[in-house]
Amino acid sequence: MWRYIGRKLGIYGITFVVAVTINWMIPRFMPGDPVRSMLSRASVSDPEALERMTAYYNEVFGLDTPLHQQYFAFWAGLFRGDLGVSVWLYPEPVVDIILRHVPFTLGLLLPAIILSWIIGNRLGAFAARSKVLDNTVLPIGYILTATPYMWLALLLAWALGVVGGFFPTAGGYSFALTPSWTWGFFTNLVSHWFLPFLSMFVVALGGWAIGMRNMIIYELEADYSNYLQALGAPRRLIRRYAFRNAMLPQITGLAVQLGTIIAGALLTEVVFNYPGLGTLILNSLNNNDFFLLQGIFLFVVVGVLIANFIIDIVYVLVDPRTRVRMTGGAS
Amino acid sequence: MRSLRLPAVLTAVVLVATACTGESGAGGSGGYPRNETLYTTGTAWGPPTNWNPIMEGNYAVGTVGLVYEPLFLFDPEENDYTPWLAESDEWPDENTHVITLREGIEWTDGEPLVAEDVVTTLELGHFDIHYSNIWDFVESAEATGEREVTVTFSEPRPQEWMNWVANRAIVPEHLWADKDQAQVNDDPNADPVGTGPYVYENHADDRMVWRRNDDWWGTEALGLEMSATYIVDIVNASNEVTMNMLGNHEVDMSNNFLPGIDQVIERDETITSYYEEPPYMRSANTAWLIPNHEHEALGDPEFRRALAHAIDIDQIISGPYTNLVEAADPTGLLQPWDDYIDHELVAEEGFSYDADEAVRILEDAGYVDEDGDGYVETPDGEPLSLELAVPSGWTDWMEAANIIAGNAEEVGIDVTPAFPEQDLLIENFRRAEFDLMINNDRGLSNTPWTYYDFIFQLPIRDEQITANYARYENEEAWELTERLAATPTDDIEGAAEITSQIQEIFLADLPVIPLWYNGLWSQSSNRVWTNWPSEDPDTPDSYATMWNNLYQLGAIYTLAEIEPVE
Repeated sequence: MWRYIGRKLGIYGITFVVAVTINWMIPRFMPGDPVRSMLSRASVSDPEALERMTAYYNEVFGLDTPLHQQYFAFWAGLFRGDLGVSVWLYPEPVVDIILRHVPFTLGLLLPAIILSWIIGNRLGAFAARSKVLDNTVLPIGYILTATPYMWLALLLAWALGVVGGFFPTAGGYSFALTPSWTWGFFTNLVSHWFLPFLSMFVVALGGWAIGMRNMIIYELEADYSNYLQALGAPRRLIRRYAFRNAMLPQITGLAVQLGTIIAGALLTEVVFNYPGLGTLILNSLNNNDFFLLQGIFLFVVVGVLIANFIIDIVYVLVDPRTRVRMTGGAS
Repeated sequence: MRSLRLPAVLTAVVLVATACTGESGAGGSGGYPRNETLYTTGTAWGPPTNWNPIMEGNYAVGTVGLVYEPLFLFDPEENDYTPWLAESDEWPDENTHVITLREGIEWTDGEPLVAEDVVTTLELGHFDIHYSNIWDFVESAEATGEREVTVTFSEPRPQEWMNWVANRAIVPEHLWADKDQAQVNDDPNADPVGTGPYVYENHADDRMVWRRNDDWWGTEALGLEMSATYIVDIVNASNEVTMNMLGNHEVDMSNNFLPGIDQVIERDETITSYYEEPPYMRSANTAWLIPNHEHEALGDPEFRRALAHAIDIDQIISGPYTNLVEAADPTGLLQPWDDYIDHELVAEEGFSYDADEAVRILEDAGYVDEDGDGYVETPDGEPLSLELAVPSGWTDWMEAANIIAGNAEEVGIDVTPAFPEQDLLIENFRRAEFDLMINNDRGLSNTPWTYYDFIFQLPIRDEQITANYARYENEEAWELTERLAATPTDDIEGAAEITSQIQEIFLADLPVIPLWYNGLWSQSSNRVWTNWPSEDPDTPDSYATMWNNLYQLGAIYTLAEIEPVE
C-alpha cells in the first residue's frame, strides 16, 4: 500500500515540476510584451519617459534578468508562497487575486461535477433496466451531451433569466449588495449561482448517464452475471455486482474529467459573467499577464493532481483487484 | 429527479457558505436603493485596483472626474473653457499664465484647496509619468498667493498647455508632496482624497461603487446637484450579458458598442440614445486607415489617393455598423472641431468613393496590371500585395477590413486582411512592421492640435509609440502643427487659418485616410433615471458617458442633469 502511494507520489512530483515548468515557459513565448501593453494603456505621451518607465517596470517584474534567473527566481518565490505581482491588476499580488476568485469557481465546479456524477450514474443504472426510462432518459442524455455548451447556456440564461425572470443572468451577486453574513446576501448569492451551476450540471449529467447505462448492460451480459444467474442468484444481487463493476471506469472517467473541467468553467463564467478563475484566465491572457496566468495554472495543476491522487486512493479502496495486486506484490 | 433536489440544494448551501468566507463583511445588508443608484457599464475592462489619478489608463472608473477634478472643463459645443476648480485665469503676457482658484473648496479630509496643490501636481511631472513632457515648455510654477498660481513658460504653447489644464486632475499637496517616483507610479491610493462630487464607497472585482459627496463645493458654487446617491460602475462583460442587463433595466447607462442596439432602440421606448435615428450615437474619435510610409507604394501620395477613392465607406457603415456611425469628413476632424475645417478646400480637394477615379489615378501614376493577374504592379513592374491589420476579436473592424480589401480588389489593389493579437499589432506598428492598419488612438479634446500632433509628429523614432504611426515626414506640416500649439486658445480664427494650411497638405498627401467616426457609444434606460442627453432641445446636451477623460469635456454635468423617474 505505502509503496503504491509512494510511487504515485513520485510520479505526481515529476508531473508537477514538468507542468509548472511548461506553465512558466508558455506565456514567455507568447507574442507581446506585458510591460508595453500595460504602458500602452497608460497613454504615455513622451517617448523618453516611456523608455524610462519601461525600464522601471521591467525591473519591478524582474523581466530584465536572463531567462534562467527568472526561472529560478520563480521557483524560489513559489516555495515562499509568492507568485509575484500582477501586471494587469498592478500592483496587486497574484495570490490575493486568485484567492478571491477560487471560492466562486470551486463553489460552481465541485457541486456540478460531483452531483452530475452521482445523479448521472444513478440515472444510467436505472435506465439500463427500465424500458420506459431507457427510451426517455437516454435520448435526452444524447441531446444534452451533443448540444454545444455555449448555446445551451445562452438558452438557459435567456429562458430562465431574461424571459422567465426567475434568476439573474450575470455576476456573482447583486450589484446592489456588498458581501455580508446576512440571509439576504446569501440567497442572492445562491440565485446568481444557480444558472451557471445548472448549465454545467445538465451538460455533464447526460454523459455520465449514457456511460453508466452502457456499462451496466455490458456487465449484465458478462460471464459472471450469467454464471450467477445460472446459480439462481436473485436479480438484485446480480445488478449490485454489475453496478459495482460498472463504477470503475466511471471513477477513472471522473479523474479525467477533473482535468478538463477548467476549460468548461471558462465558458460558463464568460456566459454568465461569473467572477471565477475562468474569466481570470481569459483576462490574464488578453493582457499578457504572465504572472497571473502562471499563478492560475499552478493552482489548476495542483488542484488536478490532488484530485487525481484522491481518486487513486479511492480506486484502491473500491477495486479489490488493485488491492490484491498490491498485497500480492508485497508478499 | 425531484427526490434528488434536496441533497443537491444542501450541498450547494454548504459550498456557497464556504465561498462566502473569502469575502469581507463590510457594508449594509439592504443594498443600495434602486431609485437612488445609477448603474453604468462600458468603461472598465478589468477590476478596479487603484485610485491613483496619476496612473492614467489604470485607475478605477471615475477616479479622475468623480473624485479628482481638473482646473477647467472644456465645452466642445461652445469651444470654450469653463472654470472648474479655478475661478478665473489670466495671461499677462504670452509666457505667463495666472490661475486663481475658487474659494471654499475643500479636500474630503477637510483641508482647503490651495495654490500649492496645483504646483505639487505640476511638479509630479518631474518624475517619469504620463505628463512629464509639459516640463519641455513649462519653466516654473509658483504659488503667488494662497489661491493664485503663476506658471511661466520657456516656450509658449497655449494649446498644449490648456490640454493639460483642462484634463489633468489636481492632487492634494499635503498628501502627495512627499511621494517618491515609485509611490507616484505604484501606489494604489486606496483611500482617495479628492475634491469631487463622489467618494469611494466600495468595490469588488466586477464593480466600482461611488457615494455622493454631500459637501461638494459645486452644489453651492455651480448650483449642480448630483442626482444619484450611489453610482455602481460594472466591469464590462460580454455583449450578450450587457444587452440582457440593459434589456432588464439592470443597468441605466451602457457605454459599450453593442451590435444590434439600433433595433433595441427602435423597438423599446425606454431605451434611448442621443439621436432617435441613425447614427443614434455621437462621435468620439476618428478611425483612420493608416498606411506605412516606409512601404514603397504606400509612401506614394498618388497611390494613397487612389486607395482613399477606392473605399466605399457606406458599405462599412450600413454593414458591420448597422448605421451606428457616420462617415468621417475628408479631414477627419470631429464635429466639435467644425470651426477648424476649411469647407471650401474640402469641397475642392476632398476625396469620396469613386472607383473609376481610383483606377484613373492608379493608371496616371503608373500602377497598372501588366501580368494580367487582376492586380496592379508598382511602376517598376514589381508585384504589389498589401496586408491590412486590425486587432483580432474587434469584430466590427475585422468586417470593415474585409470590406476594404474587397473594395481595393475592385480597383486592382491586392489587399489581404490580417487579424493579429492586439498587443502583437501594437508592437509591430511601433516598429513600422505593417502595411496598412485601422487605428483610432486620438479622440475628442479641447484642441485640434492633439489631432494634428498625432498625424504629423516629428522626428520619426525607431519606435513610434504615441503618434505618427504612419511615419509621415513633412517638416512643413509639423511646423504648422507647432504653430498651432503656440496659438492662443481664444484665437479660433488664427487657429483655423493654420489648420486650413495644414488641411491643404493633408488632403493633397493623405498621410492617413479618415474612414468613419467611431461612436461615443451610449444607450440609456429610462426606467429609473430619465432626462438623458438627446437631440431634443428640452434635454441636456452633455455627453452621457463614464469614459475616462470625457468628464472633463462635460460628461460630469450629465450626472447632475438626469432625474429620477417618479
